[in-house]
Amino acid sequence: MQLRRRQKTETTEEIPEVDPVTATSMESQATIPVDDPLHAYLVSVASPVEIADLDLESETLETIRESGVEVVIPLIGQGDLMGALYLGGRLSDQPYSTDDRKLLSSLAAQVAPAMQVAQLVREQQAEAKERERIQQELQVAALIQQTLLPKDLPQRIGWSVDAFYRPARSVGGDFYDFIDLDDGRLGVTIGDVTDKGVPAALVMATCRSMLRAAASRHDTPGAVLAEVNDTLVEEIPPAMFVTCLYAIIDTRSGSMTIANAGHNLPYIRTENGVVELRATGMPLGLMVEMPYEERSFTFEDGDVMVLTSDGITEAHSPAGEMYGFGRLLGRVAAPVTDGDMVGAVVQDVENHTGPDAEQEDDITLVVVRRTASAEEAAEVFDSAFDVLATFTVPSEEGNERLAIDQMASAVGGLGLEEARLERLKTAVGETVMNAIEHGNEYQANLDVGVLVEASDQSIRVKVSDHGVDNDIDDAVTPDLEAKLAGEQNPRGWGLFLIGEMVDEVNTISDNGLHTVELVMNREGGR
Amino acid sequence: MPGTAFDATIDRGGPDTVIELHGDVNRAAQEGLARAYDEAEGGPGRLLLDFVDVDYINSTGIALIVGVLARARAEGRDVGAFGLTEHYRELFQITRLSDFMTIYDDQRAAVAAGS
Repeated sequence: MQLRRRQKTETTEEIPEVDPVTATSMESQATIPVDDPLHAYLVSVASPVEIADLDLESETLETIRESGVEVVIPLIGQGDLMGALYLGGRLSDQPYSTDDRKLLSSLAAQVAPAMQVAQLVREQQAEAKERERIQQELQVAALIQQTLLPKDLPQRIGWSVDAFYRPARSVGGDFYDFIDLDDGRLGVTIGDVTDKGVPAALVMATCRSMLRAAASRHDTPGAVLAEVNDTLVEEIPPAMFVTCLYAIIDTRSGSMTIANAGHNLPYIRTENGVVELRATGMPLGLMVEMPYEERSFTFEDGDVMVLTSDGITEAHSPAGEMYGFGRLLGRVAAPVTDGDMVGAVVQDVENHTGPDAEQEDDITLVVVRRTASAEEAAEVFDSAFDVLATFTVPSEEGNERLAIDQMASAVGGLGLEEARLERLKTAVGETVMNAIEHGNEYQANLDVGVLVEASDQSIRVKVSDHGVDNDIDDAVTPDLEAKLAGEQNPRGWGLFLIGEMVDEVNTISDNGLHTVELVMNREGGR
Repeated sequence: MPGTAFDATIDRGGPDTVIELHGDVNRAAQEGLARAYDEAEGGPGRLLLDFVDVDYINSTGIALIVGVLARARAEGRDVGAFGLTEHYRELFQITRLSDFMTIYDDQRAAVAAGS
């Protein structure tokens, strides 16, 4: 910065405007480079300098002199030259007096700190603005993440599922999800997007949706990850990728299959020690057509699986040491109080990082424990259902209407939503029709048995006939075009409709009876 | 037989031919529906199926409606339907019947669309 006094002219006492071109050129020429001897000199004297007799080999000094400057007052702040005031000759043509210099000196002493303060304020304002922007961005990222993480944990008889998520201040891209699949299977996923903040949160949201969509289309975790990977490659910004583990657990049999796209290995504590389930696969979003290996495991009563994100294994101690897989393995293997594995692992990580450490990355933990054997779970599962009605209808044309009416009156008190009740009525009607027509072949002496049960979660209707050998084929989507063109029988809608109307259809052949079980969730689901 | 017996009447008085369906659309409706179609054949305008008085349609009934659609297509005649409950509208969507016939809320909407 330079301050200049307006130059006096010989002809008039008035002060003319400085020619802007001249001023600009003087401004650029009068800048004092740090390596110019004048710079060091001004810092060393730190008081007004009359430059007429100053003997320095300085180009700047010459320039200043030529432009009519007589006195230079350095502005020094904390030992640095922050600027200089250039003064031309006095209007009275008198030399600067001692008083003048004192005045200028004390003025310079006040200007320098004031300038310093102004500079600091400006810097801080800019910093505050930047902080506010980052803060807002983090809030958006946190909001996206919190909105998409599951609100409720899955409740399955014979299982306990627990999850923990704590974002770092900078909000990483961790996520986990539970997906309800048919036939009592549960999809469990945990993942981590490279990068932080809003970009990571957006990729996480996209990836989560893709996983859900792929999970509904494929029965194996490897196929699910392969599809998500191929889709994500097209969508993901360069230099970003997602590590992700996807497990499908059959909550009835206890069997599980996993595929892993470069995420932390799952640790499963069993009676015989901790099992690491190692399935290889590249992170999602890097290259298309990657294979995802699958590994299977069957949970026994009491087995606990721990899924983690790298925010846990890469948490540092004050000495800079990572928590690491070894410590995690040790913690998973050790006994835990009240079965609280989540609490035990989080506490162990906090002990490692120390109480005041700022969390470096998101911490995510999903714990799945099998609490009862398949047999016990099946018993609990069965006992959780109350029988609402049992009845039979003779195998005569149109008797499905009787079954529909009796079923509807049996579930009447459950407060089932109207649309859902109508679907159940159609499914029961079609199932009883099949039993009458195909199972019992219209033999009026053969009854169709109907059992209506309900638990807190669902309604189950079992329809039994005597046609053990009359196995029902899987429902196929009828081809309406072919039917309209006369190329396919116009009939064949029954099984298709049954499958579309309820949440689950199971068939059981036992003791000379063929039974179709229809399950309708009381809320959610279809 | 449980349920409401099927019957159909034909209204050829308007710009379109309306088959008014009454009772259950199931296997027992087969003959009645075929007869109604015969009567409606050659009638004015589009063929409109009136389901106002129908509260049960099963998979066999769906097959019968497919048959009606196939005949109308052979005739090059547009088919519409009205008066279906929410549930059966959903069924017509799931089976894609509604891709081949226009579903209206009621007769007024059906007639207005044709005029």
